[in-house]
Amino acid sequence: MMKVNFKRVFKNGAVNFWRNIWVSLAATLVMVLALFMVGSLIFSNLILTSALARIEDQVDISVYFSSDVTEEEISSAKSALQQLTQIKSISYVSRDEALEKFRARHAANALITQSLEELGENPLQASLNITAKNSDQYEVIARFLDGGAYSSIIDKINYFQNQTVIERLASVLTAARAVGLGGTIVLAMIAMLVVFNTIRLAIYTSRDEISVMRLVGASRRYVRGPFLVEGALYGFFSAAATMILFYPVTIWLGPLAERFFGGPNLFDYYISNFFQFFLILAFAGVILGVVSSSIAVRRYLKI
Amino acid sequence: MIYFDKVSKIYSPTSVALDEVSFNIEPKEFVSIVGHSGSGKTTLLKLLLAEERPTSGKVFFESIDVHETPRDELPFIRRRIGSIFQDFRLLPAKTAYENIAFAMEAAEASEEDIRRDVPQSLELVGLTDKFWHFPNELSGGEKQRVAIARAFVNRPDVILADEPTGNLDPINSREIVELLKKINELGTTVVLATHNNDVVNSLERRVITLEKGKIIRDDKKGRYII
Repeated sequence: MMKVNFKRVFKNGAVNFWRNIWVSLAATLVMVLALFMVGSLIFSNLILTSALARIEDQVDISVYFSSDVTEEEISSAKSALQQLTQIKSISYVSRDEALEKFRARHAANALITQSLEELGENPLQASLNITAKNSDQYEVIARFLDGGAYSSIIDKINYFQNQTVIERLASVLTAARAVGLGGTIVLAMIAMLVVFNTIRLAIYTSRDEISVMRLVGASRRYVRGPFLVEGALYGFFSAAATMILFYPVTIWLGPLAERFFGGPNLFDYYISNFFQFFLILAFAGVILGVVSSSIAVRRYLKI
Repeated sequence: MIYFDKVSKIYSPTSVALDEVSFNIEPKEFVSIVGHSGSGKTTLLKLLLAEERPTSGKVFFESIDVHETPRDELPFIRRRIGSIFQDFRLLPAKTAYENIAFAMEAAEASEEDIRRDVPQSLELVGLTDKFWHFPNELSGGEKQRVAIARAFVNRPDVILADEPTGNLDPINSREIVELLKKINELGTTVVLATHNNDVVNSLERRVITLEKGKIIRDDKKGRYII
């Protein structure tokens, strides 16, 4: 009996979907809008997160030691630093290595190589490059070095020079993410209201059928079922349409975003996560449709 | 099998539809409820279907208090009551056959039963040649016969007919009443609300007369007298 009912409910839902094709189309299109917002949120979140991570990766502290400091002193400072839990990695660059790197970088510049020759001795300082696990921990590390036992052998810490730029960039990206999320939520809610009203319209056109069903003793589940199926169909088709819509959008936006934010290519991401992405959208769409339908049909089930 | 116990329905102090109405209907009875428009006939039928709640009093269907029944069980009571209306209430987008099958589907009948019972029911009302006609292709009398077939197809214990002849000419009216008599003879209780005196007088069955929400007469072999 349950199986027969389920089949009928599903069939009636599908039939209603096709009979009211214009209403269905309207509901589906509006839902595409909502799902497009959801998809855009996923994409923009991906880009901003990777951009933030990239910036955070580029943040490090370089500690330059005075020229007369011995290697032992430096390595003792290094091992002291390694005790700190906030630190991800420390690399030691000796004076000779620094010079070599400097030479390699400026090999093409005759003036610089020439002045180095003339200088005779190595003007560069030994340094420790420190990266922290989290960008907001640099302050702690810098303070540890600046105020601790090693302050006498340290010539300069370059964190303080980049600090403001890095912080500002990070806060801009965080704000962008928050604004994007807020805007998406507002737009998705507007879309939800429109979907809800469209479904109400669809139900309004079948109120005669509902009253006859009630009269002949249809159970409430049986009356409600087809509308939930219809709502789910809106969601499913919207998800499919949104996926198709994202294809040209990501082709167009992918390289642009890659160049600007330096993140992963959106199109590649879209293709490689196609099914996962579709599942998320379909799930969101079906939930949106079913919830809107069940609220909209409730008032017709009172008696 | 149907028992109204001091039932009142008061929409507002100036609009009292039923005023402490009590009566009892036995199985297989054919009862006409007569009265002017606004005397409370339709309200009485709506109360039995639990479309409306009484202001006071109780309505029993067999031993079940209709208005104390949980909402989820109401459909099972309604499946045992078939309804017919003045305005037919057929679904315009469905054929005669589909309209009747729809009622069976809603009542959770199996496909086999539907294929067997729908033609039988249409045969009973004499419309075997109009299976695939839509309501707008049928005359008023034919539409009402489809409606009767729909009400009867789930084999209800009671059929409630609310002014079934209100939109029909005398000849069609007589045919509809003959059909109701036939259904009654098959063992179904029939409650007919009407203000058509010809119909009531030709029946020579029990007549309950309502006026301003009160029963003023209840005769075993009544006539339409107001």
